[in-house]
Amino acid sequence: MNDVLDVALRLLVVFVVFLTFPLIVGQTEHKVMAHMQGRLGPMYAGGFHGWAQLVADGVKFAQKEDVVPAGADRRVFQLAPAVALLPYLLVLLAIPIGPGEGAVGQVIDAGVFFVLAVMGIGVLGSLMAGWASANKFSLLGGLRTAAQLLAYELPMLLTAASVAMAAGTVSLVGILDAFQWWWVPWQITGALVFFIAGLAELQRPPFDMPVADSEIIFGAYTEYTGLRFALFLLAEYAGIVVLCGLTTVLFLGGWHGPWGTDGLGWVWTLLKTAVLAFVVIWLRVTYPRLREDQLQKLAWTLLVPLSLAQIALTGIVKVVIR
Amino acid sequence: MTLAAAAGTAAHATTTAAAETHGFLSPTGVEIAFLLVGLVTLGAAVITVTTRQLVHAALWLVVALGGLAVEYLLLTAEFIAWVQVLIYVGSVVVLLLFGLMLTRAPIGRSPDADSGNRWVALTVAVVSATALVWVVVDAFRTTWIDLDGAPAGSTEVTGASLFQHWVLPFEALSVLLLAALVGAIVLSRKAKAEQAATATAPAPATASGAPGPAATRSDTEGTR
Repeated sequence: MNDVLDVALRLLVVFVVFLTFPLIVGQTEHKVMAHMQGRLGPMYAGGFHGWAQLVADGVKFAQKEDVVPAGADRRVFQLAPAVALLPYLLVLLAIPIGPGEGAVGQVIDAGVFFVLAVMGIGVLGSLMAGWASANKFSLLGGLRTAAQLLAYELPMLLTAASVAMAAGTVSLVGILDAFQWWWVPWQITGALVFFIAGLAELQRPPFDMPVADSEIIFGAYTEYTGLRFALFLLAEYAGIVVLCGLTTVLFLGGWHGPWGTDGLGWVWTLLKTAVLAFVVIWLRVTYPRLREDQLQKLAWTLLVPLSLAQIALTGIVKVVIR
Repeated sequence: MTLAAAAGTAAHATTTAAAETHGFLSPTGVEIAFLLVGLVTLGAAVITVTTRQLVHAALWLVVALGGLAVEYLLLTAEFIAWVQVLIYVGSVVVLLLFGLMLTRAPIGRSPDADSGNRWVALTVAVVSATALVWVVVDAFRTTWIDLDGAPAGSTEVTGASLFQHWVLPFEALSVLLLAALVGAIVLSRKAKAEQAATATAPAPATASGAPGPAATRSDTEGTR
């Protein structure tokens, strides 16, 4: 009975995190973008500085009619948002938030592989949406999504492999247990490559070619309305939470901190994740969108060689210090 | 396939001979789940090759490959399962869909996509399936995985087995894949050079093209 309760409680906590954290990131994005652009952002919903704006948005989305275009492939079209969103829920299960086995949804032996594999599935949702919409802009968006995923999954995997080499394990919990503070400068190249590749996989600016609203009208999501569109948006913000959490765990030491790791380890994890999420928003406001060929060039001629160099460095240091 | 075989051998080597305690008539929950997932996988695979809708075939392939990953999980080969999802579902199917969407992916049926070789294909499929099933059954017979004992399919066990007992096949495969990669690059560059040569004669202005994406696309196809 105790085991069942334990599992149920963990699942519940992960689910609550999955429902709230993306909304917090979304609201932060509203406010941060507004202030960086010299305006106020949403101010009315909820009273204090428009804190309930996203709740109001949710109500608005729920009220809208759920339209499926006549020429679309009905089942695939309706299934796509779920395929895009659910993988991020699964990934959250494996991210450790504090020290010990109590602070992670489920300890997974091959954690690094699990998170990267499942994150890759989410892209299938965009592809399905792009094809099933029977819309040329959507198809273009789907194509760009696929090309982007193929280009950016490799550097992500290679840099994650570098951390796994350093720690001698592919378990996320094990990597955190083996972490030392000097890993941050040692793996900094890998961290940057991982974060940039992750941004590209999430299709966040400046890598938002697949959704580029000013040229292909939000790509794969053009035909979506109401709740299904909201699910795609939620997937994007859940993706930000997952990417920042993963970067924190793999490269920034997760619950390790200068002090108070025993009781307050989870605060460190959340703090680092929040700072990274802020950087994600910051990049959106700061950088213009890359062109499709620039994006491919960046991946194949810069990120892949850099991640290979990082792996070589990791190997050399590993051999020298043993 | 080689990875799976290596993991199977690892499981074989580490499991104890507990065959007496098991019978086919009193299946455990894991065995029932294994059978059900197997049926789903088989069904999805059959639909993949029989459906007339091209993109649906690729999506049913996702179900089949994902079902296979679940089977690996049920056989305690956790590492293999995640690699299966990462490589096949995450990359190969995305590549397939990319290719379909780039060339032709009509909504609805495409009757012209049928092949005249269906009986030959069926024969080859049945023969290869028979060979595989025979090899697996003959190799393992009544070997059972001891679920309570040491983990038989964890990353550590798989890695140790792969790099202690199976180094030569592993390296041979690596060289094969490298050769395929180089071959794909050579083929794509040669085709482009010929294209450029033919294109320059009538209209010099059209003989350009971004070298990056085209080359890399065929690379990835070559390695898989």
